[in-house]
Amino acid sequence: MNKENAVTVKNVYKNYGDVEALRDMSLNFPKGELTSLLGPSGCGKTTLLKIIAGLLPATSGEVIVNGEIVKDPGPDRAFVFQDFALLPWASVIRNVAFGLELRGVAKSERESIAQKYIGDVGLKGFENSFPHELSGGMRQRVGLARALSVDAQVLLMDEPFSAVDEQTRRKFQEDLLNLVKDQNKTFIFVTHSIEEAVYVSDQIALLLPRPSRVSEIIRPTSFKNKDVDSIRRDSEYLDIVDRIWKSLRSYVE
Amino acid sequence: MILFGYRLPAMSSLILWGLLWEIFGQLEVTYFIPSLSAIFITLIEIAPTPAFIKAISETAHAFIVGIFFAVFIGVPVGILMGKNRIIDELLLPWVNMFLSAPLTALVPVLMVLFGFGIKSIIIITTLFAIWIIVLNSRAGVMQINRSLVDMAKSFGAKPQDAFFKIYFWAALPEILGGIRIGFIRAVKGVIIGQLLISIVGFGALFELYSSNFLMKHFWCVIIVLFAMAFTLSEILAHLERKVSYYASKRG
Amino acid sequence: MMGRSLYLKIISAVVVFGSWEIGGRSGVSFAFPPFSESMVAFWVLVADGTMFKAYAETLKPLVVGIIISGILGIILGIWIGLSEKFDWLISPIFIVMQSAPLAALIPLLIMAYGIGLTSKVFVVCIMAMPVIVLNTSAAVKNTPTNIKEMAKAYQAKYSDIIIKVILPASSPIIFAGLRLGVSAGFIGAILSELKITPTGVGDIISFSRSIADYPSMYAAIFSIILLAVLFLNILERTEKILFKGSNQGYVSD
Repeated sequence: MNKENAVTVKNVYKNYGDVEALRDMSLNFPKGELTSLLGPSGCGKTTLLKIIAGLLPATSGEVIVNGEIVKDPGPDRAFVFQDFALLPWASVIRNVAFGLELRGVAKSERESIAQKYIGDVGLKGFENSFPHELSGGMRQRVGLARALSVDAQVLLMDEPFSAVDEQTRRKFQEDLLNLVKDQNKTFIFVTHSIEEAVYVSDQIALLLPRPSRVSEIIRPTSFKNKDVDSIRRDSEYLDIVDRIWKSLRSYVE
Repeated sequence: MILFGYRLPAMSSLILWGLLWEIFGQLEVTYFIPSLSAIFITLIEIAPTPAFIKAISETAHAFIVGIFFAVFIGVPVGILMGKNRIIDELLLPWVNMFLSAPLTALVPVLMVLFGFGIKSIIIITTLFAIWIIVLNSRAGVMQINRSLVDMAKSFGAKPQDAFFKIYFWAALPEILGGIRIGFIRAVKGVIIGQLLISIVGFGALFELYSSNFLMKHFWCVIIVLFAMAFTLSEILAHLERKVSYYASKRG
Repeated sequence: MMGRSLYLKIISAVVVFGSWEIGGRSGVSFAFPPFSESMVAFWVLVADGTMFKAYAETLKPLVVGIIISGILGIILGIWIGLSEKFDWLISPIFIVMQSAPLAALIPLLIMAYGIGLTSKVFVVCIMAMPVIVLNTSAAVKNTPTNIKEMAKAYQAKYSDIIIKVILPASSPIIFAGLRLGVSAGFIGAILSELKITPTGVGDIISFSRSIADYPSMYAAIFSIILLAVLFLNILERTEKILFKGSNQGYVSD
């Protein structure tokens, strides 16, 4: 583990009044890799992600991204939302370019950048459609293109595939593996699906609730270089899925 | 709003406004705005007078009868429209039209047809309230969760059972919502009716007070009316919230 | 099925106007003229220009009142929606006004401002303001948190969030509030005519009533209801076209 860390979380606490949401959370997110935050509901994984994004302040402790302490949302991070968070009144191209629009990039420039990423996520021809005309899967592709187009070093994904159907979800997972390979970005991926976490991750942080803490870090090795079709039959894949389920089982109500 | 770590109740700023009113009135800036305390003293004086009691009881009478017709005609018609497509298509354009139409314009017609009395006021009250009650009852029935209806059918519920055990209850939140808005509209209707037919109830009081420039008396009536209207609408809103969960999973 | 719906509309119109005709002819009351006579009176009033002159007078306070309460109401509503303090201070007044029989204030307005245009504009304003203010503030407050959070995650400035997210997201409901304001304003304008001074349509109504020309009276009343319904319908259609695909306004009253 000599890899450089893109994001470091150091002794982060988060309290809501008397309720302790995160206790002494420390985690490293290596550069260019995909790290999953996996755990049952109420384990604070989304809270941690939003603290990294700068959307929520930590009660104490710090988050360091590329050597700088996080206070606010910044251009080094881009967020992909569970419920897509698209502007219903804006076309696909304006939605994709919205991050750049907020940074004051000129219209022609931001639209040509957006155009490229719309093509990359496979939405060519839908530039002038509106979100309500798209399926759930296509909407999340728009959200993904928006995150990619601001060219942030770190992509924060909050259960991005939980609102799309199972087939679309599998396709997304395959695409995500390719994206990690091609983009040389750091991905932080929140999910509650064990299979999904094991399938897409370079590193899995297993979180346990009440109060939230990191119980284990798992790094799959043997199937990482296999092609997407054979991962689900790999014996290490199956072992890890099994092991995670055994440690989570007692936390399921 | 939170002040010094303590959450102020929602409507508490009205106390502040009341104080401002009192100060403004005490300063005697204008004849038209007497101080709040003077108004309350007048209220205690005039509340037991026959004229005031007569106005209140006539208004209450017109209001209750008007609302009675609006609810007992409006709810069944709405449910019928929700369940029967032909009736719905025949009536809906009219209901929608009367919902947004300025019904105040009908008062002169009612006056020539039904006289300058309480009958006209009852009719205008019903006309103000009924359309929203019809429309909401209809919406309530139409939005009933399909699987609830299928469940009743699959257990072999008879039509009247399905109606009284499922439709009515599942549509209740919308029906009550319609009745609440209907009540608010009826309050407006009963006052507009009396204002234009100015020889009954509060209409007569308004005439009496304004022709004699009795400002304090006038404000008494307004405060009583506003307070009663607001209390009524809050009580109904509270009732509505209590049954809102009947409309399970209806976004 | 378009044909069927139109067909049924015609049937129901024929039934209603037909019973009006029969009721009028059978002499229910000398003050209940048949539909046909009222329509003849209507065309006479239109043809000799009386109607147009009357509406020029009647609509004056309505137009001025709606412009004033529209501008003031939307500004107040946005401010209430954005500031918790201002909300606490101002909202209760409009909440009370919303449920109150505001018509009761008319005699007071006459005493204070006389029987001129000022009083009439005031009546329209107090009728139209509450619904405009409350709809606007509710719309601003209910802007979906997910898109506000998204804008924050992409480093939007506060002014950007207001202009690019909150206002477009609220505009369907603000517009619906304006429509309801116009609807309430019509009631105000008619009350002004009937209670303050009959200068326009109110003049036709009260004059024809005094000489027992009931068809003209019915025609005038018919015309104002028709005008209000048509105008509100046009507004509603405009709304549907303008805000296609975004969430529609609430039914509020």
